[in-house]
Amino acid sequence: MSYFGDIFGGIRSLLTGMKITGGYFFPSIIGRKYTITRQYPEEPAVVAERFKGEVVMWHNENNEHRCTGCQACEIACPNGTIEIIWDRVLNEETGKKVKVIDKHIYHLGMCTMCNLCIQACPTNAIMWSTNFHNATFDRSQLTKVLNHPGSKLMTGVEE
Amino acid sequence: MILTNTTNYFSQFIAYFSDTIGWGMGGQILAYVLIAIVYLIFFALAGLYLVYLERRVAAFFQLRLGPNRVGPWGLMQTIADALKLLSKEIFGTDRKDKLLYHTAYYLVIVAALISLSVIPFSNGIAAYDINIGVFFISAVSSVGILGLLIGGWGSNNKYGVLGGMRSGLQMISYELSSGLAILTIVLMAGSLQLSEIIHQQQAGWFLWRGHIPALIAFVIFVIAGTAESNRTPFDLPEGEAELGAGYHTEYSGMGFAWFFLAEFINMFIISAVGVTLFLGGWLAPFGITDGLGMPWLWGFIWFFIKVGLMIFLLMWFRWTFPRLRIDQLLTLEWKYLLPIGLVNIILMAVLVYYHLVF
Ligand code: SF4
Ligand code: SF4
Repeated sequence: MSYFGDIFGGIRSLLTGMKITGGYFFPSIIGRKYTITRQYPEEPAVVAERFKGEVVMWHNENNEHRCTGCQACEIACPNGTIEIIWDRVLNEETGKKVKVIDKHIYHLGMCTMCNLCIQACPTNAIMWSTNFHNATFDRSQLTKVLNHPGSKLMTGVEE
Repeated sequence: MILTNTTNYFSQFIAYFSDTIGWGMGGQILAYVLIAIVYLIFFALAGLYLVYLERRVAAFFQLRLGPNRVGPWGLMQTIADALKLLSKEIFGTDRKDKLLYHTAYYLVIVAALISLSVIPFSNGIAAYDINIGVFFISAVSSVGILGLLIGGWGSNNKYGVLGGMRSGLQMISYELSSGLAILTIVLMAGSLQLSEIIHQQQAGWFLWRGHIPALIAFVIFVIAGTAESNRTPFDLPEGEAELGAGYHTEYSGMGFAWFFLAEFINMFIISAVGVTLFLGGWLAPFGITDGLGMPWLWGFIWFFIKVGLMIFLLMWFRWTFPRLRIDQLLTLEWKYLLPIGLVNIILMAVLVYYHLVF
């Protein structure tokens, strides 16, 4: 009769559930076998490799970056997070005026970490950093200039 | 060693106190008040630590750590929470029924605390050891249901009303089953007095002595007890996903804290009654600590160990099982627990009549 079958089936399935949760509980109180919480300031934070913390611009050891000032990222950004202040400077060798960035401004407070700017960049000048210590006491500190002061364009990027 | 059931430290204390102070009736009342204050402080703290325990246990079930920052191992966390709740404004709905709204949480917490008075914590330590203790507990815990009902109704909120109605439905239904389970043991013990029931278990816990029917009664009692204390898998009255917070949606600050505390004290009571009826109360298993002196202290220790295990079992249920739907809840009660309980009580009666229980 299914009445009693139901009862025993129910009890069995309940016990199965309790076995599973108990199997997590008891090892967790004895050791820290399954516990996944990391107590961050005391324990080192483990950040996933592809974690999107903030957009940064890559610079080499000579303080050179790869940004040509093409503004593709500025256009790609759906919410106007990036603003590029650029200028045309005369190149002595070729005698041509070329675009040079003055400031690559990035408003971290507006960024949705959508990755579109990084996909849009033709020269791979910007990339993700996994830094997550981004909290500040003042909103204005969230506006960052990505190119380092005094940096210039790497040679050979523009070709 | 057979313990007699004559000493009650509380009645001794009351007699001694009123004799010393010598105001007649006034001294007695003062003694009662003192006992009540001790109980109140003890169970307020116990309730807070149960909340802490619950959060820690839940955390370990979910592979987290739980509160561990306030004080060593987070032990002061719930105290800090209580202080926060105390300092909060009691803020309710506009057109609430003021009287009912504010009576509700007192009813709930008072019912919970009154039930505590009859529970024997150790040999001769029960504030109010009456001869109908079991009956008294089932009766008083129904007052708590009234608190939830009028709290839900009084807050003039649809979620509150639904939560209150559900709690009434659920607790009244499951009270039947837990009552039958309790009666099964009362049939064996032949007494409604909790201390007497414990003394009868010196030859062995009723869970073993009553074998099959006692075991079934124990399972029914645990299920019905979980339902009566409104805990998951039976937490429909406050089902967060559907009702906000159910009957206490509109309560804040201490109003909410009383409901919360009452829930945990109720859990303690259910466990304490279960331990008293089925697991020998404060008796040591196989009498292993009987010869060590200080019987009341060992009684305390064993009682709280057993109650702790029962509470852990309830927590284990809570963090394992999914919530029941309302029809499943009623099916479980009226189609399964109640008929089984009824058959079980007949079985127990037959066994007791033919002396087939040990
Ligand atoms: S990640 Fe998205 S939102 Fe952020 S700067 Fe790039 S394009 Fe804009
Ligand atoms: S960061 Fe890349 S896309 Fe943006 S302006 Fe510089 S080169 Fe162009």
